[in-house]
Amino acid sequence: MTAATVSSTKTNSAIRSNLPLIVSIAVITITAVGYYILQPQQATAVYASTLRQSTPLVLGALCGLIGERSGIINIGIEGQMLMSAFIAFLVNVYVGNLFVAIAAGIAAGALLGLFLAWMSITLKMDQIIGGTVINILALGLTSFFYVAGLTTKGKLQPIPLGPLADIPLLGPVLFNNPPLTYLTIILVFFLQFALFRTVWGLRTRAVGEHPSAADTVGIRVNVTRYINTTLAGGLAGLAGAYLTLEAVGSFERGMTNGRGFIALAVMIFGKWTPLGSWGAALLFGLASAIQTQFQFLGLDFIPHQFIGMFPYVLTIVVLAGFVGRSRPPAAEGKVYDPE
Amino acid sequence: MSNVDRSTIVLEAKGITKRFPGVIANDNVNVKLYKGEIFAFLGENGAGKSTLMNMLYGLYHPDEGEIWIKGEKVALKNPRDAIDRGVGMVHQHFQLVPVMTVAENVMLGSEITRGMGVLSRRDAEKRVHALSEQYGLEVEPTAMVEDLPVGAQQRVEIIKALYRKADILILDEPTAVLTPQEANELFRIMRDLTVEGVSIIFITHKLKEVLAVADRIGVLRGGKIVGTATPEESTEASLAEMMVGRSVILTVEKKLAQPDEVVLQVENLEVKDDRNHVVVKGVNLQVRAGEIVGVAGVQGNGQREFVEALTGLRRVESGKVTINGVECTNFSPRQITEMGVAHIPEDREKHGLVMAYSLADNMVLNNYYVKPYASGILLHQEAINKNGENLVAEYDVRTPSAYTHAGKLSGGNKQKVIVAREFSRPTELLIASQPTRGIDVGSIEFIHKQIIAQRDRGVAVLVVSAELDEVLGLADTIAVMFDGRVVAVLPIAEATRERIGLLMAGAEA
Repeated sequence: MTAATVSSTKTNSAIRSNLPLIVSIAVITITAVGYYILQPQQATAVYASTLRQSTPLVLGALCGLIGERSGIINIGIEGQMLMSAFIAFLVNVYVGNLFVAIAAGIAAGALLGLFLAWMSITLKMDQIIGGTVINILALGLTSFFYVAGLTTKGKLQPIPLGPLADIPLLGPVLFNNPPLTYLTIILVFFLQFALFRTVWGLRTRAVGEHPSAADTVGIRVNVTRYINTTLAGGLAGLAGAYLTLEAVGSFERGMTNGRGFIALAVMIFGKWTPLGSWGAALLFGLASAIQTQFQFLGLDFIPHQFIGMFPYVLTIVVLAGFVGRSRPPAAEGKVYDPE
Repeated sequence: MSNVDRSTIVLEAKGITKRFPGVIANDNVNVKLYKGEIFAFLGENGAGKSTLMNMLYGLYHPDEGEIWIKGEKVALKNPRDAIDRGVGMVHQHFQLVPVMTVAENVMLGSEITRGMGVLSRRDAEKRVHALSEQYGLEVEPTAMVEDLPVGAQQRVEIIKALYRKADILILDEPTAVLTPQEANELFRIMRDLTVEGVSIIFITHKLKEVLAVADRIGVLRGGKIVGTATPEESTEASLAEMMVGRSVILTVEKKLAQPDEVVLQVENLEVKDDRNHVVVKGVNLQVRAGEIVGVAGVQGNGQREFVEALTGLRRVESGKVTINGVECTNFSPRQITEMGVAHIPEDREKHGLVMAYSLADNMVLNNYYVKPYASGILLHQEAINKNGENLVAEYDVRTPSAYTHAGKLSGGNKQKVIVAREFSRPTELLIASQPTRGIDVGSIEFIHKQIIAQRDRGVAVLVVSAELDEVLGLADTIAVMFDGRVVAVLPIAEATRERIGLLMAGAEA
């Protein structure tokens, strides 16, 4: 193989692995420009909403992919988000400090992540059952302890980033957001780097692809899985905190409304990479925002059920059509038992 | 030629005993390895070779006994402890992550960083390149492991050990997946390594290799060391006798074949693998009644998919399969079975037997639905049991009873159950894939005799095996598969090891 073909196959694979992000950024940019020319105010609202809608999905997807990259399937993201949303809300009500509330949300998610790790690794339970346990547990506990009529002391407010926030369209969409939205974008790039360029990432991927190979070079497979599943749970916790502390400002029963499961789909469409998941989540966010806009416009000749389907259909068509097959980590869902 | 330094013992096992529930895997094993020595461990499957190596590498822990490395008594808690003391192991099943590059695989666990846990890929690639130059191990540091042929993957494994500064190298069945030429290349590398002061423990059950490369030989049987020898004072027969505990007929005795009508006719067969790649690329082959056609080839050249297509387990994309003049392309496995085809599958645990069923039930898996085993939807368990008991006796299956679960049996006995089931009904064509892989010499002898008995009864036999000796021993005609094609069909008289070896490597295609 010559040097030229090596470098060209490298570029090709870099493009392939980031295809979901490239495709959705392309779709979003093209539609955004057209939309803005026709309807500046509506466009700004739709694209600001895109980013907000995508935030909990990206965080959920990051939670899922960090677990799965190390070999633990997490279908309990929905439950982790819901529980964390509830805990973060309660802490905000009774303590009245948003930072403490965020930390409590993260801790709740991480604790459920630890619980999942314990079930899947120590108890060697089927991981799908483990995740289901978390989902049912969270739904039951939050509904049972929910008290109507609690009010919060404030929610996270947008922070405009100086003059950047005054750029038309881009300013309000990208540079005038509440803190967790910024943090999520930073996390996407940070985790993309960490997963593919650091010792932690290399070991995580090895453990999820070929655990005995990792074991034979002295990497502790199950310890790595425990740590990753717990840390990942913190990200789902952050998503939950985002819902109550930044997006809505209060808690409602079942308020995650399937976002944990959509996050899993986003992760798969994003090919188990942070950037790819971000791309898939943005596309889904855009479709959701457009759907909301349709409902405002009162397009009553289309049944509202069809409008409600729009985000799902668009995401499936675009990503399945353009991105192609994605392959999960080879050892996910399998118990690793060294002796 | 030998680089052994008799004054330095680098590794010593003293009185090692390891028990697993119900078996003693190693029983008071004592072994010394000198600096620069190649020590071969010979033994049948289940003799305890791998258990011993796993203890030396810290994967298992001995129940009794001591391990000394470089004059120091050690307690190896995990592979990390062994690596730190300069022990490296190349496992039989490569421990490489397919979706990572060579350099990433080599540094995994002992990464080169630029601080803060950030990998330095370029430095790792340089290091791999330097090692490959120094020891003559050709690899491309930036290549993806999944794209490499097995020989190259093995070199990556050796570099992985050297990268960790290993000077005691354990090679577990390293030649199982190699062509004869690749194996010779490996032996050259092993000798070069001893020049650099590396000591090697080499596990195998192939007698020829031991005589070719080892300085000393230790034979394990039933967990005990039953003898040590040097290649000079040994012959294949003497080593085999030590391995098995009795003298063994290494060659298969058979009469000249009396080929008759064509039974199996394969024309331009194309088949895809699970990843949707065409891996059988237009195979043409004939098998006549009363002859054994042996398919030789390195594993992964389309043999598995070829056999699966013939037996109805995999879709034929194009081409034609005819049995006794009846076209049966893409027939279901049952239809093919009912045409008189017996099949010994490659993976006996996955496709041959139901592990949780009794032997008696396993013996009727291909005809439980016909009389006398069933009428309508009802099974006649008595008939099934009687059949099971008869076959267990007739085929010498060593089992507590015909009602024992198949999963409880040893590999050789499992294989005998399959042979019993497939051979106990009238057949026209026998397709045997890796019929003796991983089983003991006694069972191998038995199964070979049964296959030849089938041939002499006028059955057409197709044997697919990655063991070249098995193909050479059984076949009347040899077909060599390389890269999804049959690249040559030779009568046994014209087939030498060297010629077949070259064909297997694609040299003469």
